[in-house]
Amino acid sequence: MSILDKHGVIERNATLLLVLSLAVVSIGGIVEIAPLFYLQNTIEDVEGMRPYTPLELTGRDIYIREGCYVCHSQMIRPMRDEVERYGPYSLAAESQYDHPFQWGSKRTGPDLARVGGRYSDEWHVDHLSDPQAVVPESIMPKYAFLSHRMIDGEYVQDSVATHAMVGVPYSEEMIANAQADFAAQADPDADTEGLQTRYGSEGGWGGNDVVVRNFDGQPGISEMDAMIAYLQMLGTLVDFSTFTPDASR
Amino acid sequence: MVKKPETKDVENNEVGTTGHEWDGIQEYNNPMPAWWVWTFYATIIWGIAYMIAYPAWPLIKGATPGLLGWSTRGDVAAEIQKFTDMNADLEAELASADLTQLEIGSDLHNYAIQSGRATFATFCSQCHGSGAAGSTGYPNLLDDDWLWGGDIETIQETVTYGIRSPHDDTRLGDMPSWGDVLEDDELAQVIAYTMTLSDEPADATLVEAGALVFEDNCSGCHGETGAGDRDLGAPNLTDAIWLFGGDKAAITESIVMGRKGEMPNWNAKLTAAQIAAVTAYVHTRGGGE
Repeated sequence: MSILDKHGVIERNATLLLVLSLAVVSIGGIVEIAPLFYLQNTIEDVEGMRPYTPLELTGRDIYIREGCYVCHSQMIRPMRDEVERYGPYSLAAESQYDHPFQWGSKRTGPDLARVGGRYSDEWHVDHLSDPQAVVPESIMPKYAFLSHRMIDGEYVQDSVATHAMVGVPYSEEMIANAQADFAAQADPDADTEGLQTRYGSEGGWGGNDVVVRNFDGQPGISEMDAMIAYLQMLGTLVDFSTFTPDASR
Repeated sequence: MVKKPETKDVENNEVGTTGHEWDGIQEYNNPMPAWWVWTFYATIIWGIAYMIAYPAWPLIKGATPGLLGWSTRGDVAAEIQKFTDMNADLEAELASADLTQLEIGSDLHNYAIQSGRATFATFCSQCHGSGAAGSTGYPNLLDDDWLWGGDIETIQETVTYGIRSPHDDTRLGDMPSWGDVLEDDELAQVIAYTMTLSDEPADATLVEAGALVFEDNCSGCHGETGAGDRDLGAPNLTDAIWLFGGDKAAITESIVMGRKGEMPNWNAKLTAAQIAAVTAYVHTRGGGE
């Protein structure tokens, strides 16, 4: 009687069968998942990646609140048709500060991973307010109310602190100045030295300065400002003219 | 696994039983079909070969690369390269071509139109519309009304450098907000006069004074007659084609707030050949001069 003949014991004890099945299935899971946490080539270091500014983070929260992800993914797959339509394929590092990530491959609307800088702010205002005004065949709902909902960044400091807690490298200083940075980014006349020192070219992230504009062209900071600030930075942090992909991935 | 059953009664086509019995029900010990067993062995061999040939096992620093050296990124790069090489001659020719000399019906022209159509659908249709008819605030490219000019070289420059784009060579036209410059009654007068330029009904009592306000403030760019000036990107106000709308409310907003439409400098995102192609495509849409 070899050990293989003892399977009858497992077949007669449902609980034992369950426990051992779990153990067997776990092996597959561990082999596939665990290496992603320690293998160095799962996330490559790229120049320019920085955490979201408080205004962009607020825009991202609105994006998630409105369920934009139900129709729009943010993941350009390494395939010729996607690269030619949307731009360079997404890198893992580009969503390393995303909690939760916005990956996906089901596209009711186009992928937004590199929508930043592709259209003007005015286009985004027109399009979000009434998508069919600029794209008659679009089935996207209207989000005109974003323009009327004024926000003051009341909770943005908590949001930044929470992201820091789950591993996004926000410094103490960034957390302390979150609300000020939030306001400064939407005001072209504001003193943005602090914002740029923390998130811009002097922030040590290897990228460019943060874009400071009155994104919706209206006085005050509305949800529209935050949303457009977020959309306009998507996929713009890594400079692909100087980036050389590691071919082994 | 292909083990023969211990007893086999050929006459009755019996192969013996496994010896298991459940409530008097017994189980024949038929061997599995040979094709099935060999397919099973083949999948095991395939699996091992695959692990050797392709990236598979995670080690300390990275996964085993596989003997074939295949990677997702290499794959997509190779595929893109294949098509780039295929079109390289035409692309190079197009990038340096003098578009005014582009011969209609030539291979290069056909390539430009087809490639331009794809580029337009991907990058331009979101503002100018998939049929290039534009919408409020985004110019119609099908008609003969051009802000900056509709000959093929002018279109090429507009596409390349954009309008009010971040590029140094961008086209810059300035329609200021007159709300802070003119008095309220002057505004009402010039709005009325502007409407009459395209034969729209307006308050006749204001028109005459409005003509003077227009001459003093607007004619510098839009011309004495309101026919516009393509060098400045100043639209023709007499042709009843309105980019931002021609009713009183829209004209009032244009004059009081000013207008600052933006067109990106596409040389930041598109290659010279793509710009030439999309220019040729737009030029053939109906409005090309």
